[in-house]
Amino acid sequence: MSAPSLHSIVAANKRTDIIVASIGVLVMAIAMILLAGVMIDLLASGWPRLLHGEFYTNFPSRHPERAGILSSIVGTSLVMLVTASIAIPLAVAAGLYLEEYAPRNWFTDLIEINVSNLAGVPSIIYGLLALGLFVHAFGLGETILTAGLVLALLILPVIIVATREAIRSIPLELREAAYGLGADKWQTVRLYVLPAARPGILTGAIVGLARAIGEAAPVITIGALTFIAFLPPSPLQSTPPFINFEWLWSPFTLMPIQMFNWVSRPQEAFHVNAAATGVVLMVMTLIMNGLAIYIRYHLRKLQR
Amino acid sequence: MTRMHTCAALLLAATASINLAHARDIVKIDGSSTVFPVTEAVAEEFQNAEKGKTMVTVGVSGTGGGFKKFCRGETDISNASRPIKDEEKAECAANGIQFIELPAALDALTIVINPKNDWATELAVEDLKKMWEPAAQGKITNWKQVNAKFPDRPLNLFGPGTDSGTYDYFVEAVVEGKSSRGDYTASEDDNILVQGVAKDINALGFFGLAYYEENKDKLKAAKISWKGGPAVAPSVENAKNASYQPLSRPIFIYVNKKMADEKAYVARFVEFYMDKTHAAPLVKEVGYVPLPESAYDAALAKFKARTVGTVFHGAEVGVGIEELMKRQPK
Repeated sequence: MSAPSLHSIVAANKRTDIIVASIGVLVMAIAMILLAGVMIDLLASGWPRLLHGEFYTNFPSRHPERAGILSSIVGTSLVMLVTASIAIPLAVAAGLYLEEYAPRNWFTDLIEINVSNLAGVPSIIYGLLALGLFVHAFGLGETILTAGLVLALLILPVIIVATREAIRSIPLELREAAYGLGADKWQTVRLYVLPAARPGILTGAIVGLARAIGEAAPVITIGALTFIAFLPPSPLQSTPPFINFEWLWSPFTLMPIQMFNWVSRPQEAFHVNAAATGVVLMVMTLIMNGLAIYIRYHLRKLQR
Repeated sequence: MTRMHTCAALLLAATASINLAHARDIVKIDGSSTVFPVTEAVAEEFQNAEKGKTMVTVGVSGTGGGFKKFCRGETDISNASRPIKDEEKAECAANGIQFIELPAALDALTIVINPKNDWATELAVEDLKKMWEPAAQGKITNWKQVNAKFPDRPLNLFGPGTDSGTYDYFVEAVVEGKSSRGDYTASEDDNILVQGVAKDINALGFFGLAYYEENKDKLKAAKISWKGGPAVAPSVENAKNASYQPLSRPIFIYVNKKMADEKAYVARFVEFYMDKTHAAPLVKEVGYVPLPESAYDAALAKFKARTVGTVFHGAEVGVGIEELMKRQPK
């Protein structure tokens, strides 16, 4: 090899690098511009409503200027609470089992393929399943609990896959070191594997919850309402046991449903409400994301 | 993780101690999205009048979906943008559910065209049939094919999806069958149809009067002639005096008789709804056509007498509201 040809090889490689990098930047820019476009569009059209305190404290109304999203904010928050507290523990347990405990055989393979496939099933299918199973067979009714269960089912595969990826990325040496110190399998998983996998698991949980918060189709199928002008019973009370779960059995509405209803009304003023609801929904997703980052950061500090 | 486990455990505990008995009185309503704005308005006022004693919930599962729940006894009242179908009646009967059929308001299905369209300002129902019948699929694609007077331009059709009661009514009134051609631009959101027709000079679409009233600056409504009669424009008056035919239609609420008898608050809600001093202004406010006052009186009397059954038998169009109220359900 002579010197000039080596130079030309290096130069060619650099060129490829630059091309690939600029394609990457371009793709990212397109995604960001789209997101920013949606955000700005919603903000611009929803701005007048966002500034009104009433918008957050009023129930739906036939008067667009009086209509608010109180019942749907509370509905969405409570349903997400149920979804998170069911989906995350179940999915993490399933992911752990598949990665750490499951024997390598055809049955495990079958489960794995199914879990991946489930992630791609249209959400309306989950709604129909829930209508038959939860609403009618189990008699849970058209309640916050049912909605939480449906959305939990919907995002289970997403969190399972993320959990498995996170666990798989932990170096084998970590486990070997734990075993070397005499830890048994559960101790290793509990004290080393899970803490190390936490950031990945949290990311998966957030991706899942962010998907669930925007879903309307499956919850409409199970009978979410559109007009509801009262709140579920409070989870906290002044008399012992100070906490009650009656809200789980309450009828509800969600923000995407409220938004859809307003978008399809003829009056322009309702469309403004819909855009404002969209902004609130996005902000809620952002807050959830922020919370995850905060928890991740704190856990990392605790680990040290 | 431990905190999450506690959460899950608490949830399970809650599931174990089910408390389904609700102290609150709730009127449960579901059904058509077309009727929703009217029922929402009445519900809002009713809740105010009851001062929080009674709550009303309204869902939007569509007319058909609403009847499914209603005939299983899951709802007290069903919103419907068309009369109950025979198979739905059978379903209700099988579950021992008797219903009281009450008209809530009128709607005028409006045929809209682009404001620049100057050839189709008056249309005969036969023209519409030629455009929309199933046999037209893939064949009638030009205005000239519909009527020789029309210019040689492509014909672009817009309409609601096949799940909606609006679609059902239009098909019955115009095509006189169960379905229309399938190759038109369909959307469940009428605002999409408004935009489609507003941007396309060759377009024709249909939806409820309220959407036209809100978008008068972007659309033109065609006058409709039926059975050789004069061409009539869609409007509140023409729907009320039954001259805009066959496209003006009543929209309904169906009340479960047993619920009305057993739950005083359901009966109170229906009586509030059918009170002309509440219904007429509220219906107008949300962009629909109120019934003539005598029709609300007749409906209220019908409810108080708990007259069950439907006055519709098979497909029927072009019947004025006053004539309907005189009929005895069979």
